[in-house]
Amino acid sequence: MTQPVLRLEGIVKTFPGVRALDGVDLEVRPGEVHALMGENGAGKSTLMKVLGGILQPNEGRIYIAEQPTVMTSPIEAKGKGVVFIHQELSLADELTVAENIFLGELPRKSFGRVDWARLYAETDAILSQLRVRFDARTRVGDLSIANQQMVEIARALTVDPRAVIFDEPTASLTDAEKSVLFDVIADLQKKGVGIIYISHRMEEIFRITDRISVLRDGSYRGTLVTKDTSEDEVTQLMIGRSLDLSRNASHHELGEVALEVRGLSCGHLYRDVSFNVRKGEVLGFYGLVGAGRTEIAETLFGLRTPDAGTIRIDGKEARITSPIDAIRQGIGLVPEDRKGQGLVLGMNCRDNMTLPQVDGLTSGPFVSDGAEIEIFDRYKDKLDIRTPSWRQTVGNLSGGNQQKIVIGKWLSMRPEVLIVDEPTRGIDVGSKSEIHNLIRDLAAQGYAVIVISSEMPEVLHVSDRIVAMYSGKVMREFTSEEVTEDSLIQAISGIVPDRAA
Amino acid sequence: MTALTKAGIGGLLARQGILVAFVVFMIVFAIANPRFIDIDNVSGVIRSSAILGVMALGVTFVVIGGNLDLSVGSMMSFSTIVVLDLHDTLGPTLAIPAMFALTLCLGAFIGFLVGYLRLNSLIVTLGMLSAIHGLTLMWSGGQNMDIADKWGTWFGFFGRGSIAGVPVPILMFALAAVVLSLVLSKTPFGRKVYAVGGNGTAATFSGVPRARVVFMTYIISAACVATAGLMQASRSLGSQNTVGQGMELEVLAAVILGGASLLGGSGTIFKTVIGVLILGFIQNGLLLIGLEFYVQYVVTWVIIILAVWLDVAAKRSRLWSPIA
Amino acid sequence: MSQSTPQPIASPVEADTPPRKSRSALFVQGAIWGFVVLELIFFSVAGRFLSVSDTAFLDLDNMLLLLKQSAPIGIIALGMTIIMINGNIDLSVGATFALSAIVLLDSMTWPFMAAMGDWAIPLAWLFALGTGVVLGAINGLIVWKTGVDAFIVTLGSMLGYRGLVFMYNGEQPTSHLNWTLVDFAEAQFLGLHTATWFLLGTVLVLWLVMTRTVHGRNAYAIGNNREAAVNAGIRVGPHFLINFMLIGFLAALSAVVFYSESGSVNPNDGMLYELWAITAVVLGGTKLSGGYGSIISTLGGVIAIQLLRKGLGYIGADTETVNLVIGLILIAVLFLDRQLNRKGSEELKI
Repeated sequence: MTQPVLRLEGIVKTFPGVRALDGVDLEVRPGEVHALMGENGAGKSTLMKVLGGILQPNEGRIYIAEQPTVMTSPIEAKGKGVVFIHQELSLADELTVAENIFLGELPRKSFGRVDWARLYAETDAILSQLRVRFDARTRVGDLSIANQQMVEIARALTVDPRAVIFDEPTASLTDAEKSVLFDVIADLQKKGVGIIYISHRMEEIFRITDRISVLRDGSYRGTLVTKDTSEDEVTQLMIGRSLDLSRNASHHELGEVALEVRGLSCGHLYRDVSFNVRKGEVLGFYGLVGAGRTEIAETLFGLRTPDAGTIRIDGKEARITSPIDAIRQGIGLVPEDRKGQGLVLGMNCRDNMTLPQVDGLTSGPFVSDGAEIEIFDRYKDKLDIRTPSWRQTVGNLSGGNQQKIVIGKWLSMRPEVLIVDEPTRGIDVGSKSEIHNLIRDLAAQGYAVIVISSEMPEVLHVSDRIVAMYSGKVMREFTSEEVTEDSLIQAISGIVPDRAA
Repeated sequence: MTALTKAGIGGLLARQGILVAFVVFMIVFAIANPRFIDIDNVSGVIRSSAILGVMALGVTFVVIGGNLDLSVGSMMSFSTIVVLDLHDTLGPTLAIPAMFALTLCLGAFIGFLVGYLRLNSLIVTLGMLSAIHGLTLMWSGGQNMDIADKWGTWFGFFGRGSIAGVPVPILMFALAAVVLSLVLSKTPFGRKVYAVGGNGTAATFSGVPRARVVFMTYIISAACVATAGLMQASRSLGSQNTVGQGMELEVLAAVILGGASLLGGSGTIFKTVIGVLILGFIQNGLLLIGLEFYVQYVVTWVIIILAVWLDVAAKRSRLWSPIA
Repeated sequence: MSQSTPQPIASPVEADTPPRKSRSALFVQGAIWGFVVLELIFFSVAGRFLSVSDTAFLDLDNMLLLLKQSAPIGIIALGMTIIMINGNIDLSVGATFALSAIVLLDSMTWPFMAAMGDWAIPLAWLFALGTGVVLGAINGLIVWKTGVDAFIVTLGSMLGYRGLVFMYNGEQPTSHLNWTLVDFAEAQFLGLHTATWFLLGTVLVLWLVMTRTVHGRNAYAIGNNREAAVNAGIRVGPHFLINFMLIGFLAALSAVVFYSESGSVNPNDGMLYELWAITAVVLGGTKLSGGYGSIISTLGGVIAIQLLRKGLGYIGADTETVNLVIGLILIAVLFLDRQLNRKGSEELKI
């Protein structure tokens, strides 16, 4: 067997009070795509920071081409042929493609001048390898997200890489864009480059990787050969048990229609969207990022102005022009971006939870401490929020507990309709199923719930009905009895059912 | 749990560090010159800090709401000139409410631009600094403004009078501080100011009317400026056009010294008062030990940098910045 | 996107030139010059009816004087552009300006300098420029090493440096007239005043730096996406330090240009210069958040302000109107910029 391009041996990294990495091994062979999997908090990103020289390990060694190496910075790692392609694009969008690709290492002439001729020549050489169609002089801000990702990848090719680490590269790509990315990965493979591929998406992992290494709670749980394993086996290794993803339709009676939407349109974001949701029902919205799901939720919450269509709440036509209108008419929104939109991270738990109704919690001109604490305590117990005190700053809580604060915020308002956008994004698997159960419980208590999600297991698990969206249009509505994974995937990829049949 | 309480104590020290520094500073100067804590001296310092102090109270609302107000200095000049001019034309009883109304209009204009139109507050208030200065000059015709009959008016009460031996400016400062402190820390509106400054998007997503809250912070700031202008005019009974020039940055210095973050969402009225008093007592303390007034600028510089540095160092739990 | 047909992208490698500007960027950066032209037309036409003076507004001498008067704020504003492209701000330039001016004038009275005859002039300049660089370096070092925001650091040093100005000579003005120096400052070469030459020279050098050099391109990168710049190995701290030294140097250069002629500094001189400089930079379209802006447009902003001052005076408006108009124009520019960048009804209402 050829020697591995990259080998990590017994890596230990401790932070005060935490053993973040506990003797992790990892080996990447030339021409191999090696998946690294694990829940959030399992230690993937810590391991990559150690590999990139951002963190120094307490124990263990890094070998590049079997040479023991000490990494002290991402620049040094790059110099040694280990390149990272980050999940969040780190591009300067006012600068050109060429300047971004050679950021920090622009070719120089005398007097610190940039050697433009060389810069463009080298950039063109790299871009032609990637078979992209944009020019070296294009401003990066004018490119699509997918092309920006290509610029990010092009950066990796300014050196002759031995190993390339992709961190969740497909999060914002369309299917067509993904296959271009996979072609690029295949090209790198052919050149004998070793690839570490970090992703949560099983389908991709099984499509392109050769082996899968799994981390759990900072320790190494083993490496599987992709073609000899199954999703179940990987999941079990990741969480130590099988995840119950059985369908979970309501066994209780559904009530009246709580919300009815007819012919709603908003610019080119979405067109002619109609659906309804009943009391006691969970309606799932499934589709790719950019299909218009979040935008519909934002419209219902008064954050966007629709061009056409009607919204009825409890049978009465509703005019919603601001979140204040929406709240008054009984709509609650747990937004997609928990830290950016859901919470004021610097404020304490109680104040965050009572924020929408603080006007009503007064005695005289002042906010009544007692009334607020009462609400907080009630929902802390009900949702099992783990925090030492209401005084705790929300930013210090775990993702799952933060999400429960946001959910508690709306439950305490007793909404007619609760919209939950990506309920478990960035939340560890344990809390995930807790949140799923919570959503089911809410429906059982008679709330009308809309769940928007990009994770198929999640939608299948919590929904009574599923609306599949593609490119701003409702493609199809499924009941939980008739839905299959295949038909759902077809619907969100824009394949019309009868033509597919 | 022990880790938590430790963090709690550390956090408390970090939060109240400026108060500790203030106490230490007072003790050192009191030892150096016992006259420093003489009641007359203390009262004199607070009295002369009151105008800056009242303005700083209003700016505290603006800063906690996540914005800046660089126009308070020139707005204070405006209030002072207007009230002095109207004093002789309308009489003091009408002049004061008329001046408040005009100043609040300016505040409302800024609040509209920053709150409702969402324009950058630094540039808007920078523009208003210049524009209001122009208005003031146009009002006064470039001349100094004086009350004709300085001894025959009760107008001097707000700057020179006293009630039960306590100078009125101190009472007004204290009253404004108590009222605004209650508004900020106890009312729903105060809560919303923190929410909007801490994370405006999340506040909107929680049904907080962000634009109106920001608008109101500028109204409060303008009301404070009008009060300060009244105190200034009443104290001097005559004024130059540029009486408030440069105060915007001194006010901001006091607010920052008190520990409010320029990013918004943190700070309290109490801390701002401490910040104001520190500036006032530094000036006084240095004068008492025989240094010129301008030495305070240098000392203030060092203190501001140290205060903010220690604050950010505590947050990142390392002294030196991680900037490469 | 088709993967089957590889598309060669081979863009014709043009001559060794920096990136061309997109059309919209050209429009935005051209806007300030359009505004300058509008002002010229307005004041020329309005001047015919309203002017109290006999000479035309567009009179050559008048325009040359305008350029000369633009120089002190202009030179500072050019430095401020770079600081703001970095995403920082410098509020201490006015105080740096005053302190450098004092060093310039006072150093010529030092005993050993008096013995040097005219050689004292370049030496005094050197002392003044050195003072500016040192004051800038202090700001830069504090920003770099403490990680405190530049706004606060320079707000503090604005007070501190002003304190140093007062400590130098109390509340007295510092004066020294050197006639050789005055002659030099008042000279005209090819019609342009000395101060104008300094302004144009600074524009040329800084324009080359910002568009052609690695340091300049890094300045944009840092302001645009600081984290990305750090990850790419650009050393942000030293970069900031250099730029703060540069603006200190330019504030001192501005003082050298101005006080060589006037010969007397009051301790309050240069107050609010920071605000005028920032106004000019923002009028020129540089973004406060960093990453975007241009030296040439800042020159446009400086000239636009000076035209307004002179023009309003020319048509008989009082000087006080100038403050009002400039303030409102600044706000109007901000408003227009926002309107142009709106995405219409599809925008999220947050």
